[in-house]
Amino acid sequence: MRTIYILWLRQLKRFIRKRASLVGALGQPLIFLIAFGFGLSPIFARAGAGNYIQFIAPGIIAMTVLFTSIFTGVEIIWDKQFGFLKETFVAPVSRFEILLGKTLGGATVAAIQGTLVFLITLLVGFRPVSLMMLPLAFLFLVIIAVLFSALGTAIAARLDDMQGFPLIINFVIQPLFYLSGALFPVQGLPKILDFITKINPLSYGIDGMRYALSGTSAFSPVLSLSVLLVVMVGIILIGMYQFSKIEL
Amino acid sequence: MDDKQNIIEVKNLTRKFGDLVAVNDVSFAVKKGEVFAFLGPNGAGKTTTIKMLTTLLQPTHGQVFLDGHNVTENPTMTRKSFGIVFQDPSLDNELTAYENLQFHAILYGLPKEVYTERIEKLLSLVELKDRRDSYVKTFSGGMKRRLEIARGLLHHPKVLFLDEPTIGLDPQTRNLMWNYIYNLNKEEHVTIFFTTHHMEEVQRMAQKIAIIDHGKIIAHGTLDEIRTQAGTKDLEEAFIKLTGKEIRDEKSNFSKSTLRGFSKM
Repeated sequence: MRTIYILWLRQLKRFIRKRASLVGALGQPLIFLIAFGFGLSPIFARAGAGNYIQFIAPGIIAMTVLFTSIFTGVEIIWDKQFGFLKETFVAPVSRFEILLGKTLGGATVAAIQGTLVFLITLLVGFRPVSLMMLPLAFLFLVIIAVLFSALGTAIAARLDDMQGFPLIINFVIQPLFYLSGALFPVQGLPKILDFITKINPLSYGIDGMRYALSGTSAFSPVLSLSVLLVVMVGIILIGMYQFSKIEL
Repeated sequence: MDDKQNIIEVKNLTRKFGDLVAVNDVSFAVKKGEVFAFLGPNGAGKTTTIKMLTTLLQPTHGQVFLDGHNVTENPTMTRKSFGIVFQDPSLDNELTAYENLQFHAILYGLPKEVYTERIEKLLSLVELKDRRDSYVKTFSGGMKRRLEIARGLLHHPKVLFLDEPTIGLDPQTRNLMWNYIYNLNKEEHVTIFFTTHHMEEVQRMAQKIAIIDHGKIIAHGTLDEIRTQAGTKDLEEAFIKLTGKEIRDEKSNFSKSTLRGFSKM
């Protein structure tokens, strides 16, 4: 337990000390909210789909959580290059504990960023349907954070340097985000897109958050929660396997 | 039963990377309380051997016993028995000196009362007490080295591995460091296993020497035995005579991958 705690605490300290990147990470969601939220809201309203800010805010919060959690997971590549991972691996602790500490640390950082973005959405006019539902929204947010932090760690376990980083952005993060239902409703889509959004775990995370925050959803929240939990456990297991294979 | 006297026992240790045999059927032993120098040209297999002795790398064949524990079968017990100062830096630059040590202490399961006291003591020993709360990124190479040595000792290991610990250090720091290691060995009876390219450090410190080249041990014994074997007066001459004059390419995963990473940025 202390192992997991100290690894978690390290992630958090590193996060808090990098204030510039903390603030920088809030820039993108803000731009998305203004450009898409305000830019597309007249069309969205004319199509009879309601208030676009109400629709897109949960998607933007999820985007922040997705980006931050995968990025912090991938930070393990730096630990490899700067030798710190060796220090952790020669210590008398199991790699599973190390993986869990790193994942939870990254997830906490992502959840904090997500919460900050939630506050920003309030500033630009987003209104949650019910305060009672906020804990449920937060639950979805935390699960997304843990899931993608574990994914980032599992991917980083296979990489030795930052060369693969553009690949991660273009072939993991971008598709997960744009093909999720963060920006558009997942009902009535062309067949291929419909299929892709339904196998994308982030769709369920966003839909769950949208259910809790905006009161609309495409799937039942129980289904979303179940899909997310199953995928989360699966990714942690894959991460465990990848981690056990790391040789320094 | 002289086995009991051996704190490290390496039997037929082999490690292959694809077709490359980095360490080839190596056997040797280190006695409890000994200062053991493990020498060899760049790329000879020193670091690969140390990685196998310290549970970071699985051997392809062979066995290692450290403080009576089979390293591959019982890595956790093995890890409690040794401390290590790596060839490449391994500190977290974004944390303070104290936080780096605290992180280590908690991973090794030391209770708070124990580690707070030990950290203060070790920090004054390596003359970093006044920099306790500075970020490691503000440290010079020598200060980082000293901090890593302090960290390697924090959990009171029985064996301390030092992989080229004096690389890039000025003579003052090198001297201070070896004096400290000397005292540690004399007073606390910590077994020292080190690699270096400075032969005068070996002559000054080592009771036993092994020379590895192309993955094989080519000489093993006391300083006098090595000199006799090579038929030279001086260890440096003996080293060159035994390993040849040709210059080796350094094969370090760290430098290569880091350079690749940097060239991308």
